[in-house]
Amino acid sequence: MEANNGFKTNATRHFRSKCATEQLCQFRPAPFIVLSIRNLSKTFSSAGEPVHVLRGVDLDLRHGERVALTGESGSGKSTLLHLIAGLDAADGGTIQLEEIEVTKLSDAGRAGLRRDRIGLVFQQFNLVPSLSVADNLAFQARIAGRHDAAWIKELVERLGLGGLLKRYPEQISGGQQQRVAIGRALATKPSLLLADEPTGNLDEATAEDVLALTRDLVARTGCGFLMVTHSLHLAATLDRHLTLHAGRIA
Amino acid sequence: MSADRISRRAFAAGIAALALARRAGAQGYAGLGETADGFAKVTPGKAFTFPADHGPHPEFRIEWWYLTANLVDGSGAACGLQWTLFRQAAQPGPQGEGWANQQVWMAHAAVTRADTHRFNETFSRGGVGQAGVTAKPFDAWIDNWEMKGLERTDDRTLAPLTLKASGTDFSYALTLEADRPVVLQGNGGYSRKSERGQASYYYSQPFYRARGNLTIDAKSVDVTGQAWMDREWSSQPLDADQTGWDWLSLHLASGDKLMLYRLRQKDGKDYPFGNWISATGETQMIAGGDIQMTPKATADVAGRKLPVEWQIAIPSRSFSIACKPLNPKAWMGTGFSYWEGPISFAGSHDGVGYLELTGY
Amino acid sequence: MRRALWILAVLLSHWRRHKMQFATLLIGLIAATALWSGVQAINQQARNAYDRAAATFGGARTAMLVAPKAATFSQELFVKLRRAGWPVSPVLEGRVQINGRSVRLLGIEPVTLPADVGNAPRLGASDLSSFVAPPGQTLVARETLADLHEAEGAAPAISDGAKLPPLRVLPQLVPDVLVVDIGVAQRLLNKPDQVSRLLIGEAKGKPAPLASVVGEQLQRVEPDAETELEHLTDSFHLNLTAFGLLSFFVGLFIVNSAVGLAFEQRLPMLRTLRACGASARLVNTVLVIELVALALIAGLIGLACGYFIAAALLPDVAASLRGLYGAQIPGQLGLRGEWWLAGIGISVAGALVAAATSLIKAVRMPVLATAQPRAWQQRQRRWLILQSCAACAVFAVASLLLHYGQSLIAGFGVLAALMLGAALILPAFLDIILLAGQRVARGPLALWFWADSRQQLSGLSLALMALLLALAVNVGVSTMVETFSRTFIGWLDGRLAADVYISASDNAQGVAIRSWLKERSDVQAILSGGRTEAQIQGQPVELLGLPDHALYRERWPLLQVAPRAWTRLVPGNAAFISEQLSRRLNVRLGDVIEVPAPGGTWELDIVGIYADYGNPRGQLAVNVAALIRQFPQTPQTRMGLIVAKEHIPGLIAALQKQFALDDRSVADQATVKAESIRIFNRTFAVTSALNAFTLGVAGIALLTSLLTLANSRLPQLAPLWAIGITRPRLAAIELTKTLSVALFTSLLAVPLGLLVAWCLIAIVNVKAFGWRLPFHVFPLQLVELVVVALLASLVAALLPMLRLARMQPTTLVKVFANER
Repeated sequence: MEANNGFKTNATRHFRSKCATEQLCQFRPAPFIVLSIRNLSKTFSSAGEPVHVLRGVDLDLRHGERVALTGESGSGKSTLLHLIAGLDAADGGTIQLEEIEVTKLSDAGRAGLRRDRIGLVFQQFNLVPSLSVADNLAFQARIAGRHDAAWIKELVERLGLGGLLKRYPEQISGGQQQRVAIGRALATKPSLLLADEPTGNLDEATAEDVLALTRDLVARTGCGFLMVTHSLHLAATLDRHLTLHAGRIA
Repeated sequence: MSADRISRRAFAAGIAALALARRAGAQGYAGLGETADGFAKVTPGKAFTFPADHGPHPEFRIEWWYLTANLVDGSGAACGLQWTLFRQAAQPGPQGEGWANQQVWMAHAAVTRADTHRFNETFSRGGVGQAGVTAKPFDAWIDNWEMKGLERTDDRTLAPLTLKASGTDFSYALTLEADRPVVLQGNGGYSRKSERGQASYYYSQPFYRARGNLTIDAKSVDVTGQAWMDREWSSQPLDADQTGWDWLSLHLASGDKLMLYRLRQKDGKDYPFGNWISATGETQMIAGGDIQMTPKATADVAGRKLPVEWQIAIPSRSFSIACKPLNPKAWMGTGFSYWEGPISFAGSHDGVGYLELTGY
Repeated sequence: MRRALWILAVLLSHWRRHKMQFATLLIGLIAATALWSGVQAINQQARNAYDRAAATFGGARTAMLVAPKAATFSQELFVKLRRAGWPVSPVLEGRVQINGRSVRLLGIEPVTLPADVGNAPRLGASDLSSFVAPPGQTLVARETLADLHEAEGAAPAISDGAKLPPLRVLPQLVPDVLVVDIGVAQRLLNKPDQVSRLLIGEAKGKPAPLASVVGEQLQRVEPDAETELEHLTDSFHLNLTAFGLLSFFVGLFIVNSAVGLAFEQRLPMLRTLRACGASARLVNTVLVIELVALALIAGLIGLACGYFIAAALLPDVAASLRGLYGAQIPGQLGLRGEWWLAGIGISVAGALVAAATSLIKAVRMPVLATAQPRAWQQRQRRWLILQSCAACAVFAVASLLLHYGQSLIAGFGVLAALMLGAALILPAFLDIILLAGQRVARGPLALWFWADSRQQLSGLSLALMALLLALAVNVGVSTMVETFSRTFIGWLDGRLAADVYISASDNAQGVAIRSWLKERSDVQAILSGGRTEAQIQGQPVELLGLPDHALYRERWPLLQVAPRAWTRLVPGNAAFISEQLSRRLNVRLGDVIEVPAPGGTWELDIVGIYADYGNPRGQLAVNVAALIRQFPQTPQTRMGLIVAKEHIPGLIAALQKQFALDDRSVADQATVKAESIRIFNRTFAVTSALNAFTLGVAGIALLTSLLTLANSRLPQLAPLWAIGITRPRLAAIELTKTLSVALFTSLLAVPLGLLVAWCLIAIVNVKAFGWRLPFHVFPLQLVELVVVALLASLVAALLPMLRLARMQPTTLVKVFANER
């Protein structure tokens, strides 16, 4: 239904099929820019007054690069993440994900982009309560038509979810739920993993565990990783640490 | 003479359906193989008297007035028509009054051109006047279909007559003239149908000259040509194992007439009969062994395969012709169905005629 | 496709975890489809029967030629027309008496009978000869054969001694008619060479103009679009349809609440799906597919249930229709393909309508949730105001209809608008009551009780509306039936004045019986009656002959009466008119009515109006002697006897022995009364059954709403538990709340129901049957209904409350830990 979203050029298709045959995308050229944001702006109106949340954000993210984004409450961290994921539309500027201009896509096109190239992890674990852990892990890949049993098996092992596959979200702990959410996001082998306060609901020790796992998996897949967090401590464990201030990246 | 033509007539059709169908199918085509208990028997040596014999013979089980005409219109295009009135008695015995009358009447009418074939049928009970036949003045009718004599109609020639019929999408009206008397078929009008004695009374008027008009889909054309009437009655015309027949009436260009048919049997054998009528009206029966009737081509009509083209030879008369139908789709899809349509032939002799195929 | 299937699998997983909700949805759809299609099946069956009756060998469904001035004409005209190309077929119709019972005799001519005579039973070719040839056959429906107490093959005699041809069952034949060959009919009816009408078949070519063939002797009658039976029974079927529709809507209420709840619960799932890259269009399409698939499954089950409902109700319906209208409906259910398709269609359409709001919400849903829902009070207030406005609009429509409407449909329209308006205004009404409660509440728990009840309103309101409607209909129908029942029995007492009723098989026997009775000392009086038929303004009207006897003057019930009415009846120039006929002809006391009689027009002064419940035909009551003078053909076979009670059994036994009368021909008053009441009760059996069904469905609606609500209410209950109220106490409070709103609803249902009853009695009955009943209220019955409603609510509320009482503390704790 959404095969024709306009962002699958021949080149990517070629590239993707090559990746698929090699299972892991470690052969992506390292300096390859996965995400490029230029002069991005977004304005909300609150009680009739315009609030300029983003005022010209510029950002580049390479494959395999792990970046933390911090900033005070209301600085627009989540908004930036939503715009990159295509959950919301920008008012100005461009977002380029690999060869695709996200800001030019239709709603359906952005949905296709999320499905095929982006993994999303939220603070609230956003699992489907009526699906078992195994089904939660697999369903995005299934919907995207990119189900890879071997890769999911590896994810289950690396995330330590082996004994939980038949349980339902309400029957496992918060840390376990977030690990399932991360596994689901990575199951499609996305180009970019976006996480919005993924550890916000977890205690410190669990948060560190979960983030360590995520770092390893990102390294394994070679995708880009952008995490919004409050924790400067956690931010420090990633490759790069950016701060959003007054609608710009400092 | 074997005009066993009786077998031919699709009388069988509707009337048998009405009156005999309870037992029909078991015995010959459309119940014509019924036994004749209680009805008058056909015996040799009957003296025909006219006009009385033009009228009905209700003491016999079945009877018909059967007319076919080969015509051409003003442009020379060939066409044909059929007008048939059948009578059948549901029960033997004295004739009942009014609705209690046991006679059932049925009629078929059809017109055929190379590009179309139209037909219709109608039914009536005897006793109330909806259908019937009177010998003098001659009148055979059912509803508004009618074959009627005039003041000057000659009992010997049964001419002149007027003829009319109409269906939902066709109608016709003809006048029929003839200058030669009717011809007794078979042995002085006694036509034997099998070795076991089934027979009919049978005479014909093959010398009609026809003139009139024909309307199809509200388009009327004037037509002229020749017509052939058969009169036949019997109480048990077919043997139980006779399944159907292939029958031809031929108008030879020489003015001679030829009637031919073969009866088909359950065992696969068939028995040809024939009668040659000279242009002056003398008849001569043709021995069965002298007739070669060979189907040449079949047509798929109404889900059946029908032999509509024939090779016919009578060696003793150096007669050899190939017959072709004017319209191979001349199917009479009436209550009891059969194929009946005009044909033309060429070979040792040329001419036109009618072909009838039943029991397929 | 594969993607859609995966999305469907994710959506369906919700039901696996919420089986009760799933069951609710299915039950709603099944209930909606079942009752609706059950009623439709009955209606279809009846219509088929009317069609069959109308089409019997060319009844009203075929164009025909009749003589404008005479009942029959010469069959010579038939022959003339045939010979002019008219495709006509003769029919002779009359009545014969067999075993004391009058049956329609139809003579047909099968050879010319048009092939396209409606869906008339066709005689197979093979049967034709046995039908036509002596002795012929009498075709008869199996039911009629049984009614006549004859066996197939028998040749019963008719009253003048002539014998019918042997009877043969033709299963598809309409009941109460005997079909013979026209020749046989002419002989039996003693009408040689006469026919009643000519059916017109398909013309071969162009026949001559009618006038040129038969002049003015015959005129063409075009086929009726609607037969007399259909016209008469329309109201009855409209009644059934109204019930079916009501149940359908109540079922949809359930579906609506189930789908709405499921949608709310699946919102996070839908968001997750969208966040994971399923496009809005695909998700919405799959939502619709899911709904349609469920509707198909439920529709099929519903149809099966509908079939059983129809099969169960059909005998009563058939009895009602026979009793009320003389319509013959076969008791065996036979259904057409269209019925199944329509049932499935209505199920899918109903599901889509019920789910429309949820689906629209889904379509409009943004991916990013605005986490905080609007304050419920604000939302609820707006919703209450909107609904109340809608209610007022609907009430306005009702009053307009009441004022200007004339037809039966308008009557039902008033009813429907009344109920819809009441349903819409119910939440506002309850809100006001609860608010009042809140104002006077003392103590925090009481305050919470009222406030929380108000909050619960939006979740429960649909179920409560269903309950209100079902209850109101119940009150209305029960009141009407009870009113009718009392009126009818009182009326019957007056009407059945004589002690013994006799119906002789013919005039000769009538004379013999009379002279025999005169010899007996135990017979105090012989009251001869008579009954014949006439046409007034094209409608068949019964003329009832009343004897001039003090008993009648005293007891025969009249609604309106002119001075000296009974005395004025005697000379034969005055009549009483039945209520239905007076309404139909718009005739009042003092008016004059003209009745075409064999000897000329008979003018009658109307001196009384009487109730004639249960009679589909209009009726005039006149003096019996005058009737016989004007209509000499009137059979003089009916009589009533006045006999001392102790002599009745002996007299009946003697009569039966002397004249070989069966139970139908001689009966005592008690038997006749019991029979009438039995017919009456069966007439309303269907209404009562549908009534009960509807109440049942409303109960289910309440139960399912409470069940679905119970889960979502945990967040509201958990804080109370946390501050130290025990779970059983919580459950008890919840139960009290449910029962109190149910009680308030029931109390509103009572006046609404009485209004419904008034509509039924004063509008619907008058339009449908032509009679108006006095309006009575039966308080005990009302109390009974309220108690039943509360019991139903109790049962419905009990299950979720028991669950709450037994709930594990951890579940409540989770509300805090896991609140979303």
